[in-house]
Amino acid sequence: MVQTDALATIEHASVRFDTPFTLECGTTLPNHTVAFRTSGTLNAARTNAVLICHALTGDQYVAERQPVTGKPGWWEMMVGPGKPVDTDRYFVICANVLGGCMGSTGPREMRPDGSAPWGTDFPPVTIRDMVRAQKQLIEHLGIARLFAVVGGSMGGMQVLQWAALYPDAVFAALPIATAAHHSAQNIAFHEVGRQAIFADPDWQGGRYWESGRIPARGLAVARMCAHITYLSEEALTRKFGRRLQGAPKDSSEAISLFGEMFEVESYLRHQGSTFVQRFDANSYLTITRAMDYFDLAADYEGDLANAFRGTRTRFLLVSFTSDWLFPTSQSRAIARSLNRAGANVSFVEIPSDKGHDAFLLDEPDFHRTVAGFLRGCAMHAGLAA
Amino acid sequence: MSTHDPVRFVAKNMRLDLALIGDMIAPGSRVLDIGCGDGTLIDHLFRTKGCDARGIEIDMAEATRAVAYGLPVMHGDADTDLQHYPDGAFDYVVLSRTLQAVERPRAVLAQMLRIGTRAVVSFPNFGHWLVRWQLLSTGRMPMTSTWDRPWHETPNIHPCTIRDFFALCAEEGYQVETWLAVDDAGRRAPWRRFPGLANLFGEQGLFVLRRL
Repeated sequence: MVQTDALATIEHASVRFDTPFTLECGTTLPNHTVAFRTSGTLNAARTNAVLICHALTGDQYVAERQPVTGKPGWWEMMVGPGKPVDTDRYFVICANVLGGCMGSTGPREMRPDGSAPWGTDFPPVTIRDMVRAQKQLIEHLGIARLFAVVGGSMGGMQVLQWAALYPDAVFAALPIATAAHHSAQNIAFHEVGRQAIFADPDWQGGRYWESGRIPARGLAVARMCAHITYLSEEALTRKFGRRLQGAPKDSSEAISLFGEMFEVESYLRHQGSTFVQRFDANSYLTITRAMDYFDLAADYEGDLANAFRGTRTRFLLVSFTSDWLFPTSQSRAIARSLNRAGANVSFVEIPSDKGHDAFLLDEPDFHRTVAGFLRGCAMHAGLAA
Repeated sequence: MSTHDPVRFVAKNMRLDLALIGDMIAPGSRVLDIGCGDGTLIDHLFRTKGCDARGIEIDMAEATRAVAYGLPVMHGDADTDLQHYPDGAFDYVVLSRTLQAVERPRAVLAQMLRIGTRAVVSFPNFGHWLVRWQLLSTGRMPMTSTWDRPWHETPNIHPCTIRDFFALCAEEGYQVETWLAVDDAGRRAPWRRFPGLANLFGEQGLFVLRRL
């Protein structure tokens, strides 16, 4: 399949840093680019900035039309005028992560010498590298301290890393549906996805730009597999049950030999095929690896509490009952580590049957919780209402 | 609410109980309120005394309500979550009308006095004359406005009397810094020097403890 023109040609607002940037792996990027979007207005004191950290396949288009897909922003329920993260009140920033494919430096961007895209030679970045790149952006915007850092899933990992690395630059931290390390099960699912990409002949050792054919089948299977982990059994049953539908007429796929297919199969195929229009396979490999490597406690003598000792940041942890990818036990473990560190922590589990994806969906209790927490923090931070 | 949710002890005169506790806490203190419900006390302590007050609540709906109100509350259980706090993290650790509902009251008290300099504990008094009279006269478990659930449904699995509580403090070596008993109407009972009378007429006991 030929990569859509959209992903290749769209210009993303960005800033390029020409100072050398040394990654955790030891490699130094001579320069790097951070693509980002903002909404709302920074106040005169520069104290109302909220950084949103996106998840694995998210991007900087939090609350506006995504230019590649033309769809609404991925967190419009949470971010916008009058929303829990209220852009009438806060200056909201979201950057594409390092290693991403929406304009920030990553595998599909050109190498520093301009000879070819990085491809699989792109260095193995970490969550910490992503956060350090975001910190550069924040400083570039003239912001010394963020009022809040908010993110779900991999975004939540970045929030934890922010709070650990720059405690004085984070007034409030909201790690949502996340964990302080990737579990063996998490890594296992990611590995299935990566193997699906490797198994696609169109992957071509990662140099697929040379032939112009992208590993669409492999990447689609990776997405299908991952998508299952984002949902719950209840949600799948409620949405699809065992309902059948006719085989797609134009399908030449082997599965159509059964003559008909389950609705859930059709749904997953749709998820897979739309995903490959907007995401780069090598980026997927890079970012899933960064998540797998994440183990915050390991950087602090194996004790997560050490990451947060003496912190003045106010934390809100939220998990969802049916999320089995980042289960409540993981959030509770973080909350207890924060207790051991003497931190100010709020923690609730929201009842939902929507699985891990619940953090992106219409969950009124969740939205009320975030809104109230931020209101309380704004009062403590002395931010005018 | 599902049937699996823990049933909390519902206190009458909640406002009064919290007001009395609030009076015992010095301004600007670090406070942990265990079983904080919707966070009324921590809100009160923050707004009126500038305390750094935080809460733990076992009922998820209540905890969520408190956080959505902007209060620092986490879902947790007195029996299992206190062990995660460092020694001396708080000036006061409050357990309001919850002691009788925890699984291991003695261990919970010990944790409270490990993580806090002082423990503030209130509990409904099972030694109250009406409770005694009902048991004596009917031979059945008392049902009063305070002890208002049948024995097989009550979350209050460890009822105790004011004298029982004094005895436990003596056994554990806790100093009773202040104590008082209030009657059904919430009036401060005038039996300061007579625990026996307080145990008969006090509807609720309220204690401030510290380690000896």
